[in-house]
Amino acid sequence: MTDFPTLRTVGLSGILIQFADHYSDSANRAALTFRAAVTDASMPEVTETSTSLVSTFISVDLSAAKPEGIIDQLETLLGDQDWYAAPLPEGRTLWRVPTLYGTDRAPQLIEAAEAAGVTPEQAIEELSTARVRVLNIGFAPGQPYMSELPEHWNIPRQQSLTKSVPQGALVTAIRQLIIFTNASPTGWRHVGQTAFRTFRPESDTPFALSPGDEMCFPSVTEAEFNSIEARDTTGDGGAERETI
Amino acid sequence: MGALHVLSTGPAMTFQDMGRRGYLAQGLTRGGAADTLALYEGAALLGQSSDLAAIEMVGMGGNFRADADMRIALTGASMTATIDGEPVAWNASHRLSQGSTLAIGGVRSGTYGYLHVGGGFAGTLLMGSRSVHLSAGIGRAIAQGDTLDTLPDQGTGTGNALPRDDRFGGGILRVVASMQTDQFDADTQDRFAATTFRKGTRANRMGVEMQSDGAGFFTANQLNILSEVIVPGDIQITGDGAPFVLLCECQTTGGYPRIGTVIPSDMARAAQAQTGAKLTFEFIDLTTATEIEQRAAASRKRLSADVFPMVRDPEDIRDLLAYQLVGGAISATADPFAKDKAP
Repeated sequence: MTDFPTLRTVGLSGILIQFADHYSDSANRAALTFRAAVTDASMPEVTETSTSLVSTFISVDLSAAKPEGIIDQLETLLGDQDWYAAPLPEGRTLWRVPTLYGTDRAPQLIEAAEAAGVTPEQAIEELSTARVRVLNIGFAPGQPYMSELPEHWNIPRQQSLTKSVPQGALVTAIRQLIIFTNASPTGWRHVGQTAFRTFRPESDTPFALSPGDEMCFPSVTEAEFNSIEARDTTGDGGAERETI
Repeated sequence: MGALHVLSTGPAMTFQDMGRRGYLAQGLTRGGAADTLALYEGAALLGQSSDLAAIEMVGMGGNFRADADMRIALTGASMTATIDGEPVAWNASHRLSQGSTLAIGGVRSGTYGYLHVGGGFAGTLLMGSRSVHLSAGIGRAIAQGDTLDTLPDQGTGTGNALPRDDRFGGGILRVVASMQTDQFDADTQDRFAATTFRKGTRANRMGVEMQSDGAGFFTANQLNILSEVIVPGDIQITGDGAPFVLLCECQTTGGYPRIGTVIPSDMARAAQAQTGAKLTFEFIDLTTATEIEQRAAASRKRLSADVFPMVRDPEDIRDLLAYQLVGGAISATADPFAKDKAP
């Protein structure tokens, strides 16, 4: 058995601290909170930090900096507290993104509801009131993987890929949600459509989301959604934000 | 200042510089030139910063007309090149006069060629870089009819060259162990290091496939690896057991296990190898890798001292075929007495 957290070098590019070998809420929180602590510690060798589901990556040029020094510092920081029990970092954002469920804009709502064993109306009720956390950003720039939906939403990915879902598509599988950054093929089911752009390369703030942010997807009517799409110029797609 | 007009282009020409750092947490990898050493070489040839944007050309170049006098340099994978029909040397700097046409054709060795201009290309500066990152949706490929503006050229001097190294024909890629290396058993690691691979056809700026004839390289729990951070150089083993060396435009996280990581100074060799080129992997320890990287950094700093004027030392130029050495000279291979010989 491996004792977590573990600390390993990643090529010559940095150091990875893994908090578990499978997903758990506490390990994801530990990764997010430890990343914030490393950022706060302002170590001069650290060029950037990131998280994946249950680990924190510390970017360091190991050919320029002696790994022993930075590893010692990280080990000391790791011993400072129980990161699995630590409160999430402050200054995160809660987003409420207006979402059109079903219709021909999100044609897999009914099939996803069936897979989850609920009616389409119940599915909309549950998805539009769930509050999920951004676990990880990846696959495409700014694209969030969010969790965690109730247990009956542990539905598998489709056997065959959907050819393309559009930018802003809200898709689901394995108790998670994703908003797609760009049009893309996917095995996840397209249950809602948003006008939220996760990546805005021409903007001063090109990425809307950070790992640890939380999101809700309140249901709007087709008329409301069309009106949001028509007037939105920011990429927020009518979303409201609140600091948590 | 001035601009190049694109008269024709191959399928994949983009502006590239050193790429974007600081966005890993938001899912964006560095991108930038597939062969960053070529950017340092272009900078040394033109006596300017290595941070300026150049045109990266994959497999073939294009035709350009200059609307002003400018300096250019050609680095990376060598391609056939002429200015107004006269062959010009690769890994060298040249003067391109107003109204002249620069024609860059097919690749002769390597994969990624670079066209630099004095002052660098203006491109579009987004998030601190002019690099086009197609898989992320940043920018687009250069197209026929485009006008490519250049920034003011602070330097002078052309007609210089740099010796070529051997990074264009495959060879040994040095590898350090990474976070998942120990998930492969010792036999699999040994077999991996003893295998001669061929660069596969599945290759782009995200990664390059390494083919071999033997069995694939699997971990005991191949499918149960949690999605984890990826760094360029990681050697990812996909579902069919084939290794892919991940390059500058790879994703930031992935769920396939990685058997090791190619060291940064061998990344250009991985990217430049042509389809079918033979490549092997050699595991080295972190201390050795560090020494190699420090030497490589020092030699990048010394590049401008390696620049030589093309007229002085033609025997040092490895790329003689690109030169028309003496205008009107008799061919070295033709038999000057051939027409006097009886049939």
